[in-house]
Amino acid sequence: MEKTLLSILLLTPVIGFLINGIRFRSKNIKVAGSIGTGAALISFICSVALFFKVKAAPDHMVLVKFFDWINIGSLNIAAEFLVDPISSIMILIITGVGTLIHLFSIGYMDHDERPAKYFSYLNFFLFNMLVLVLASSLPLMFVGWEGVGLCSYLLIGFWFTDKEKAAAGMKAFITNRIGDAGFLLGMFMLFYTFGTLSFGELNEMMPAIPEIGWAGPVTLACLFLFIGATGKSAQIPLYVWLPDAMAGPTPVSALIHAATMVTAGIYMIVRMSPVFMVAPNVMMVIATIGGLTAVLAAAVGLTQWDIKKVLAYSTVSQLGYMFLAVGTGAFIPGFFHLMTHAFFKALMFLGAGSIIHAMHHEQDMRKMGGLKKKMPITYWTFMFGWLAIIGMPPFAGFFSKDEILWLAWASPLGSKWLWALGMIGAAMTAFYMTRLMCLVFWGEETRSDHKVKESGLTMTFPLMVLGFLSATAGFLGIPHVISAVLPGHPPNILGDWLGHTVVHLDIHGSAITEWLLMGWSVTVAGASALLAYYCYIKKITFVDKFTEQFKPLHQLVEKKYLVDELYQAKIITPLIGVSKILWSDIDVSFVDKCTHLLSRFAVSCGKGFRSFQNGNMQTYAFYMLLGSAVTLFYIMTGMGK
Amino acid sequence: MTLSAIIFTPLIFGALLCFLKSDKSIKVSTFIFSIVHFLLCLFMLSNFDKTTIDIQMAEKISWLPSMGISYFVGIDGLSVWLVMLTSFMLPLVVLGSWNSITKKTKVFHLCLLGLQTTMIGTFLALDAILFYTFFELSLIPMYFLIGIWGGKNKLYAAMKFFIYTMAGSVFMLLGIIALIFMTKSNGGVMSASILDFYALDIPFVAGSYFSTQTLLFFGFCLAFAIKVPLFPLHTWLPDAHVQAPTSGSVILAGVMLKMGTYGFLRLVLPVFPEAAEYWSWLFLYLGVMGIIYGALVAMVQTDIKKLVAYSSVSHMGYVVIGIFSLNTFGLTGSLYQMLCHGISTGALFFLVGMLYDRTHSREITKYGGLAVKAPIYAIAFVIVTMSSIAVPMTNGFVGEFLILLGTFGASKVAAGFAVLGVILGAAYMLWLVKRVFFGPEGELVASKDEAFFKLTIKEKLVLAPLIVMIFWMGIFPNHFISYSEASLNHLSKNMSNYELNIVGQANGPEVNSNNSQGESK
Repeated sequence: MEKTLLSILLLTPVIGFLINGIRFRSKNIKVAGSIGTGAALISFICSVALFFKVKAAPDHMVLVKFFDWINIGSLNIAAEFLVDPISSIMILIITGVGTLIHLFSIGYMDHDERPAKYFSYLNFFLFNMLVLVLASSLPLMFVGWEGVGLCSYLLIGFWFTDKEKAAAGMKAFITNRIGDAGFLLGMFMLFYTFGTLSFGELNEMMPAIPEIGWAGPVTLACLFLFIGATGKSAQIPLYVWLPDAMAGPTPVSALIHAATMVTAGIYMIVRMSPVFMVAPNVMMVIATIGGLTAVLAAAVGLTQWDIKKVLAYSTVSQLGYMFLAVGTGAFIPGFFHLMTHAFFKALMFLGAGSIIHAMHHEQDMRKMGGLKKKMPITYWTFMFGWLAIIGMPPFAGFFSKDEILWLAWASPLGSKWLWALGMIGAAMTAFYMTRLMCLVFWGEETRSDHKVKESGLTMTFPLMVLGFLSATAGFLGIPHVISAVLPGHPPNILGDWLGHTVVHLDIHGSAITEWLLMGWSVTVAGASALLAYYCYIKKITFVDKFTEQFKPLHQLVEKKYLVDELYQAKIITPLIGVSKILWSDIDVSFVDKCTHLLSRFAVSCGKGFRSFQNGNMQTYAFYMLLGSAVTLFYIMTGMGK
Repeated sequence: MTLSAIIFTPLIFGALLCFLKSDKSIKVSTFIFSIVHFLLCLFMLSNFDKTTIDIQMAEKISWLPSMGISYFVGIDGLSVWLVMLTSFMLPLVVLGSWNSITKKTKVFHLCLLGLQTTMIGTFLALDAILFYTFFELSLIPMYFLIGIWGGKNKLYAAMKFFIYTMAGSVFMLLGIIALIFMTKSNGGVMSASILDFYALDIPFVAGSYFSTQTLLFFGFCLAFAIKVPLFPLHTWLPDAHVQAPTSGSVILAGVMLKMGTYGFLRLVLPVFPEAAEYWSWLFLYLGVMGIIYGALVAMVQTDIKKLVAYSSVSHMGYVVIGIFSLNTFGLTGSLYQMLCHGISTGALFFLVGMLYDRTHSREITKYGGLAVKAPIYAIAFVIVTMSSIAVPMTNGFVGEFLILLGTFGASKVAAGFAVLGVILGAAYMLWLVKRVFFGPEGELVASKDEAFFKLTIKEKLVLAPLIVMIFWMGIFPNHFISYSEASLNHLSKNMSNYELNIVGQANGPEVNSNNSQGESK
């Protein structure tokens, strides 16, 4: 039964991919969209069924092996899939949000030339993402890991006739490959240390005592795996591909570059939480990188005008939060935030998609404004997303973000500094998201020539569902201190469920501190949002004054710290320069020249010997005589002996 | 008899070909023959026993008894897939060059068939002199393929290819002669059987450059390293590929390069185990340099075919490091990568050839936006690219993963540098794809319509089996590895006292000669 369910779950997207792939020339979006969405929906139904199967299973685990993939000596990699508390939630998110986004795409891509191709890629992505999260071993996870990268490449460059978009796809793939190289090395390190790559065995074999220093095998392995995570989940220093990835169709940004694929790095770390707990130094690195990314990306978000760019940097920043969480040992809150973020960020991307579609592919927020009345459903659902991301109780983001901040403060692996980073990030998030709301929905109408109207039901229905989830998903993980004062003491459903497999830190902080911090972070977010409101609606000159005061800094941030330019100047250009030198100066002018020299040497030897054969009888006679003399001398002196 | 039939039927058929007159009948009959030949190989495969490490289907006929040279062929896990690969490529090559070869059709097909005999002979020979003979004879048809049907600078390229590879082989010949004499002092009689070479105990002094084993080791390595080609002995390859016709490039990259790496597996590791182990670091680093160097140089090429040629240098670097990691993972990965590279690079050369047949240009800058005009072609190219850059679920991944895993076990530093190839490989291939297929339409693309680029049925028939193999080998590698697993395990575990017997002759002459020597002492 489980095997059948899993087969249907995994194979329907593949079938959808093949059907739409074969008829890729078809321009009929209704047919293509129905096939794609249908496949996703069937997968979703299977996911739900599997979830209940796992819930009913005694050890909350379903392990299904299809076939042996690579078997050599001690290396046994099977196509074996694991449904357990973590992956069961993940498949629900992937197929659930995935189905909604497929549905949305039917409306969004209605004018596209190649809808069948689009839906085939989208289905293929679902398949790879499912392989990634269901894999029972690292190499199989790597299959999905690279597979989603490939789909991301294809979908970012979906409108490939545009040079920039094709370049963005390529950039995403190559940047991810840097991470993947790290992933491979981490995998090898673990294999040679523990002799296995299956998650179950690895998690069990971990030593009880954490490694000290940097040279331990688990520490190195975790460090390399984390490099892989920074690539896929867009963290410093490999985050540069994600903002560019916004070149893809907006629903793709929602599904791949917000809700699912980019969270793979966090998922991997949560999945291997017992392993990472053995490497506290790496945990520190993860938390620090996460915290820094959260703040630096949020700062860029403050300065952008392109609605998708704001959301992209916001995603980078929120992913930073998740890393901050898992780095401080707060695996469950990190995963919780992954889930709530999947809802509210997918919602906001789809909302942005609805706007962009209505405004005929206008993405500059300065040209929007006053859409509140024209697009009421988009507005109200977006509002829910906004309240969730800035962490207003009782919306989803409040619960997850607050728990992250609390653990950053109280966990033995956390520190006040990490908490402070999180707080600064939260304040900035509230500011730039409110700014977005002001510019897009609340402000005055800047242009009236657009006949902007609300999108159709295929687009608004997903928004409504996601809006509902953004408002309510937080109740799945009510923190202990809150449930203590609520009537009936509702349990932390998600925490209890994940606690079966994920490492769970018991933090005994004082409840008063936790309440105080919670109040403080809500106050800061509220104040920051209010400030943004006054700046952009009431037009107080704070922003102008501020940017004037710190002009160089503002410009640096607005230009995204010039990181792309830095990489171009310091890595790519030199690399190409070196390659050209290697080719023309080394390969052609040196290595090949040496070969020619050798052949010339042979030719000149031949020429030298040719001079002996000049056809002159007397010379020949002389050589003969000389030869005989030498031979005679040789025999007579007995040198032969 | 099966093996001799596999080796010589192409040649015999080639002789019959001389009686045919029209070009069409030559093409059709060669194609039918190539299919029959492949079926014959499949028959051989079905009789192949994958559980034994011994030599199967052996045939031994005395040739020059005074020197102990014999016609001795046999097959085991090391050679079985290379034979299959060689036979698999022939029908595709015949079909692929159907329209592009217009002059001297008969000679062309004769060359292809002659190549087939010599290449398969190389993989099946178990007598060193026979091996050398086939190894060298294969140069002649390839020389003609490049020299007659090649591009502008074909004579230079053909000559360079011939002399370069031949020069290396001379040292191997010297080595073989030395080994034959050694068998005399070892067993009393001269023998050129490679199986007898395995029993030799060649003096080796660590650290000395001039101990017998080291000298012989480097003699053989030189011959094979040029063939592979291993950096820095690779410069014949780009010239040969760029000038060769599509069929020549496909066979050269697809099969001939593997004769070098096969030589390492068949002769170098088991005959010179101490030297191979002692000097493995050198080959690991040369291989890693080849990977990075080949990738970097490939990145800045302006000619598509030259780019693919340099990518071969990079990919074959992987094969070399896998071999010299000297463990089961590395060896298995290398053997697998040989097959994968044969298929993916073969497919890439076919694809480049199809484009060239239409536009007569391989300048990357003249293309762009081709995916709009040639969607099927673009899909095929992207799939092959994925195989080439080792995306999981394609064959390339399995080989590369195992090689890197094996290398990591041998040297973490080498593996650390080798993974850079994973990044650079994606960079040069995807950049190529972007410049040729994406973006605005280039000058060669804009002026043509979709019908101009439409693939013919024959071309689709060439690509389809290759693409099927890419996925089959990527998703079910065990179907293939299981045939070679026993042999590779044997090689990695018992390299220092490696021996092979003929099936059913556990106490064969090799073992006897050892015993008698033991008694005489």
